[in-house]
Amino acid sequence: MKVLIPSALRSYTEQGEAEARGATIADVLVDLDRLYPGIRFRMIDEQEKIRPHIRFFVDGEQVRDLAHPLSATGELIIVQALSGG
Amino acid sequence: MALSSGNQVAQKPGADAQVLLLVATRKGAWLYHGDVARKTWRADGPHFLGQIISHMLLDPRDGRTLLAAAKTGHLGPTIFRSTDFGRSWKEAAQPPAFSTVSDGKGRTVDHTFWLAPGHADEADVWYAGTSPQGLFRSTDGGVTWAPFSSINDDPQYRKWMGSAQDGTPDGPKVHSIIVDPRDTQHMYFAMSGGGVHETVDAGRTFTPIMKGLDVVEGFDRSDYTFHDPHCIRLCPSNPDRLYQQNHCGIYRLDRPSDEWVNIGKSMPKEVGDIGFPMVVHPRDANTAWVFPMDGTRVWPRTSPGGKPAAYVTRDAGQSWQRLDAGMPKDQAWWTVKRQAMTADRHDPVGLYFGTTSGELWMSGNEGAQWTCIARHLPEIYAVEAVVAASA
Repeated sequence: MKVLIPSALRSYTEQGEAEARGATIADVLVDLDRLYPGIRFRMIDEQEKIRPHIRFFVDGEQVRDLAHPLSATGELIIVQALSGG
Repeated sequence: MALSSGNQVAQKPGADAQVLLLVATRKGAWLYHGDVARKTWRADGPHFLGQIISHMLLDPRDGRTLLAAAKTGHLGPTIFRSTDFGRSWKEAAQPPAFSTVSDGKGRTVDHTFWLAPGHADEADVWYAGTSPQGLFRSTDGGVTWAPFSSINDDPQYRKWMGSAQDGTPDGPKVHSIIVDPRDTQHMYFAMSGGGVHETVDAGRTFTPIMKGLDVVEGFDRSDYTFHDPHCIRLCPSNPDRLYQQNHCGIYRLDRPSDEWVNIGKSMPKEVGDIGFPMVVHPRDANTAWVFPMDGTRVWPRTSPGGKPAAYVTRDAGQSWQRLDAGMPKDQAWWTVKRQAMTADRHDPVGLYFGTTSGELWMSGNEGAQWTCIARHLPEIYAVEAVVAASA
């Protein structure tokens, strides 16, 4: 499926879009990490929780459950919120 | 060019050995290349612009591997490696991370705060201290990291570590990881808060070394949670001697004694004995430097009275002399963080510090005269001096 990558993570992908496979968000993030080593840990901590400023949108809806099912033709948007100075 | 880190080796370098400064800031990292006379400096950077770099260090054993502890404000922490002095960087395959716990109560590394190379006989071994407090080790030059010893999950140590609310403004930290140059099994580390700890069995067990240390008035000094060592340095010329800048004064420890001696009482009353950094002379264990800050009332953490100065002792802490020639005489409200002051190995020793206001200062004569060599940088978190091992 198509994954939109926020600017802060493009040092890994070097582009704004990536193709990754998986039946859930968790699976897609594992596949992304296979393609771009290190990218998953910048979004998901060692307790398997989404880091505070990372958000996932599936087909336009925000999703907080990493087990959320995905369709192969859908679109996953990774958003990095900004705060502070 | 083979290079080595300043405080790791006491040996004096050749007179024409050049100095490289590794400057870590809140918004990236810079390398400053000095000329032979330490008069002019060429800036190389920014590296990792916009990322929080807590510490950057060169491996004194191979003289070429740089590690940088990084965190982008909105992303998780990682460690970058370079083997070509920053021309290219590669991310650690497995950065420091706590053990995953199924009950959801496990801890998360916010950032790696302190990096330390292992013993000279243990090539590729590195240690890392994190916030919240954790101790990690790499055996492959910083590519992969794993929790070190049992302290990260030990109930007693977890109690001494306290919670995020008990720590420093940027989070509680493990720092001052020191390996005895004579013994790979013997190490020290410190926690803000949580005290000073020692192992003699390569980290299988740790013992607190807290005798003689003070705590903030009203707190129980027997509870290590309340102890806040800011920076500890071991003297390369006498590894049985350590100096400590603490939240509550300046101390010296001469092993095998386990009792710290308060050496801050002879500091001028109007300046006080509070600060972050502690710097030791590479060849004279009686000489050390501190950089006092205002630790009164609400703890402004600025230069006392807006008049910055380093202080030096030449007699192991019996007396202190002010060193401010060349620094602003008034209205300078910055200070120097615990990793942001260091020494090279030249004779006379070069001293370097970076300020919270983004200025980089140096002295080529052990603090007698100071010069600002860069300004307008982001807040400086760490400065390390590296000198060529041979001319």
